[in-house]
Amino acid sequence: MSKPKVAFYWCASCGGCEEAVVDLNEVVLDVVEAVDIVFWPVAMDFKVSDVAALADGELAAAFINGAIRTSEQAEMAELLRRKAGAVVAFGACAWLGGIPGLANLYSRESLLEFVYRESPSTVGDGVRPLEEFTAPEGTVRLPHFDEDVRTLDQVIDVDYYLPGCPPPPGLIAGAVMALLEGRLPEKGSVLAPDVALCSECPRADSKPEDLKIERFYRPYEIVADQETCLLAQGLVCLGPATRAGCGAVCVNANMPCTGCMGPTGRVVDQGAKAASAIASLIASHDEDEIATLAAQIVDPVGTFYRYSLPASLLHRRVGTDGSGNGKSTDATAPAGASTPGGAS
Amino acid sequence: MSEPTREDAFEPKIVAFFCNWCTYTAADLAGISRMQYAPNVRAIRLMCSGRVDPQFVLSALREGADGVLIGGCHPGDCHYQEGNYNARRRFELLRLMLRDLGIEDERVRLEWISASEGDRVQKVCNEMTEQIRALGPLRLGTVPKVDGERASPAPATELVGQVTS
Repeated sequence: MSKPKVAFYWCASCGGCEEAVVDLNEVVLDVVEAVDIVFWPVAMDFKVSDVAALADGELAAAFINGAIRTSEQAEMAELLRRKAGAVVAFGACAWLGGIPGLANLYSRESLLEFVYRESPSTVGDGVRPLEEFTAPEGTVRLPHFDEDVRTLDQVIDVDYYLPGCPPPPGLIAGAVMALLEGRLPEKGSVLAPDVALCSECPRADSKPEDLKIERFYRPYEIVADQETCLLAQGLVCLGPATRAGCGAVCVNANMPCTGCMGPTGRVVDQGAKAASAIASLIASHDEDEIATLAAQIVDPVGTFYRYSLPASLLHRRVGTDGSGNGKSTDATAPAGASTPGGAS
Repeated sequence: MSEPTREDAFEPKIVAFFCNWCTYTAADLAGISRMQYAPNVRAIRLMCSGRVDPQFVLSALREGADGVLIGGCHPGDCHYQEGNYNARRRFELLRLMLRDLGIEDERVRLEWISASEGDRVQKVCNEMTEQIRALGPLRLGTVPKVDGERASPAPATELVGQVTS
């Protein structure tokens, strides 16, 4: 009897999600035992034509990680959508846009200018790549670099979401097995617990009843106590506004949660909700002092929307979509980052 | 007479979240006192300015508002003791984020207006309407959707339903 076929693919991502599959360790043997991996560019030599040759719906599941930034990524997502019974948005980038999604703070034009001309590390004559070039040997093409970063479900229909940067091995194994055994949750489900990280945090007991922050610290500014709630120590820990399921790995390494598991089910805009949760902890009634404390949070958009800008209500910075909308332009880029890559 | 241009025709849409105990009562007072003010402001009554989730502000902007006004009790006067302070805390952080997201300060405003200050409702609403008229419409880029239609990720009604359920 033939085993169910699955595919793994990567779009705008770092490769960490692929590592996460490898991190399954010996569990990966159970997975390989149970399924036929017919497409996995990072690890196996199959071609796009092999995928195209499959019948529609022949794949039991396609696990797609990464956000969508190029025409090639969109085409591959659409191809896999046709071939797969279930599409799983794998990891924070596919679900919410992830770190690559922060590029939505800049226009396409300013990104290309910076990378190919202005960056101090750029060597060469400032030539930008052409999408099409005809040489005597023939015509070569590059994918189109889109106007903005999109989440996977802004490009194709998605069945399930696996959160995390990268998704924790336990959740991956659980999701794969659930799919194989036909224990399918409701379409659109996020395959992780729907509670906040604080509920599984080992330091939850040290979280004060009336938590107030008198000064915000960045992780390098203090040596954090290893037992106490990080928020109580003034670190911007997004545990209260982030989905559980990771086992609090960052907190266990004495680092605050940065929100990669995404929001819980009742939240629409992760950044707004996280900012709301943190702001209400400010220990002051004085307007000037509140403003001063809020300003201690360096790069609030990058902090609270670190993994979710393309999925947010605004989707991107106003006036940077190349349509001439709004009066804002790149000339007033986010504080401390007047050019892409120029952040401190 | 020349044809009205697009800019002439622009009427700002402002969504106002007013607290039940102070600013909404003040808006009522302005009405009873027959004070005229810009009809561009659509008031939504909440029990407290502390109920204003930053998601409400962003949803309003996403759904077509050119500006959002939040009105609450003066410091020390909150019916629930702390609500207006929480509104201020959230507003300060939200404002920093909105700046980085390219949205002008004038578009989102927090004002303390007590129940007796009907004239202040009139002044603030008129002032904000003119400021936003000068800025022009807020044109957010569209959020891509699978079927290609312009759509917001979550309509405001859904948002409220989810939060209260």
